[in-house]
Amino acid sequence: MSELEIKQNNSSEVKPNASVKEKLQIPYAVLCELTHRCPLSCPYCSNPVELEMKSKEIDTETWKRALSEAVKIGILQAHFSGGEPTARKDLEELIQHASSIGLYTNLITSGVLITEERLKKFYDAGLDHVQVSIQDTDPENSEKIAGYKGHAKKLHTCGLIRKVGLPLTVNAVMHRQNLHNLKSMIDLAVELDAERLEVAQVQYYGWALKNQTAFLPTKEQLDNATEIVEEARVRLKGILAIDYVVPDYYAKRPKSCMGGWGRQFLNITPAGKVLPCHAAESLNFLEFDNIKDKPLSWIWENSDAFNRFRGTSWMPEPCQSCDRKEIDWGGCRCQAFALTGNENATDPTCEFSPYRNVLDEPLSNVGKEEIPEFIYRKINVRKPLNGIGHNSNKSPKS
Amino acid sequence: MTELLTLNEEHIPKLPRHAKLRFDEARKKWIINAPERVFELDEIASEIIQLVNGESSINVIIDALCDKFEGAPREVISKDTLSMLQSLADKGFVII
Repeated sequence: MSELEIKQNNSSEVKPNASVKEKLQIPYAVLCELTHRCPLSCPYCSNPVELEMKSKEIDTETWKRALSEAVKIGILQAHFSGGEPTARKDLEELIQHASSIGLYTNLITSGVLITEERLKKFYDAGLDHVQVSIQDTDPENSEKIAGYKGHAKKLHTCGLIRKVGLPLTVNAVMHRQNLHNLKSMIDLAVELDAERLEVAQVQYYGWALKNQTAFLPTKEQLDNATEIVEEARVRLKGILAIDYVVPDYYAKRPKSCMGGWGRQFLNITPAGKVLPCHAAESLNFLEFDNIKDKPLSWIWENSDAFNRFRGTSWMPEPCQSCDRKEIDWGGCRCQAFALTGNENATDPTCEFSPYRNVLDEPLSNVGKEEIPEFIYRKINVRKPLNGIGHNSNKSPKS
Repeated sequence: MTELLTLNEEHIPKLPRHAKLRFDEARKKWIINAPERVFELDEIASEIIQLVNGESSINVIIDALCDKFEGAPREVISKDTLSMLQSLADKGFVII
């Protein structure tokens, strides 16, 4: 029996498979980003900086067709995400469709828009699992990070999820401004009867890169966090599973982002673009095919965007002669491009990367600089926002 | 709160709602879908898991496997079955 983690965030736990080579793989999961609309405006949002408007969103029938095509190419799981996926009124219909054709369904939500009635509809439609983001255990800081007063509602939603009978994963993006609460986040996950806690790290491209100084943790914070997780994993074995990896800036080797480009995973944007990774639009030179124009099977096999970094032939040295090239598959392309301007660059996380300094430089300043105000995710960057956390008179530093 | 489960032959195992067993045509393998992970089952694990139905005890499952694989010692089958189911139970994907 082999176990494969197929979460969209990077993970170091996927085991290498010696027999894969350049052969086309059967994908495991599709991330359906139903909308970019979201009441929250987290400054590390993984959505692209150029967000899609509601008018560009693909309709229910197109989503259903995409899901049916996904099953045909061997996809096993569908993640409904966003933005905030519950902002789509057809979510229960899409869950029902996905479930009826054999897909395992996962809802990735902020939890702030869900009623018990709607949750029951999702359950009856066949929903298998829910993942709720919690920004911090301290309500005030949680709401400051999210840019929205919704902390109590989130906790309430977690309770409803368990009451309805669905398994719960708590997703906690941990960084400089909340790592001191990691212990209480673990306690909270247990209290909420979650089965898993995903301690996620900020990846620096798009929105998060604009906020890098605000998020990069200190070495001391990180060492402390690792110790806390190790202790909790032993204590909570069989009660709470904790996903945790050392963030790239403090790692020596890259992670197998997405389990390798175009190997396990695809992402469909609100407008129907099919991407190898949810952040791939940050690689602004790539052209993406659209589910409205082409079948998913064609896109998986032939799309230039998928073939651009598939396998290992695109890799420069020292990757090309590295014995880990089929373990990390070149790491994270989006972060490498965002930080070096070179899309083929050896992931700066790697200690052998000629670009390692782009990580080490910001690290050398961590803890010395004043923590800047957040630059919040928003659809139109020129419009003033009414949410909390936006009222500062200081202009944000980038 | 979830309790830690240690399986013995008297237990009647089943999969929780959120662990879904099915045969995957694309991979020609039995798989279990679970939150953000997939278990691809090898031949032995597939034989065991197909007998997990929420009615048969592990004892009964082992007997059925002994009948099917004549000549294999019961203690070997018992050990394989318990360890395979326990590894799933540790993660909450087998319950009683």
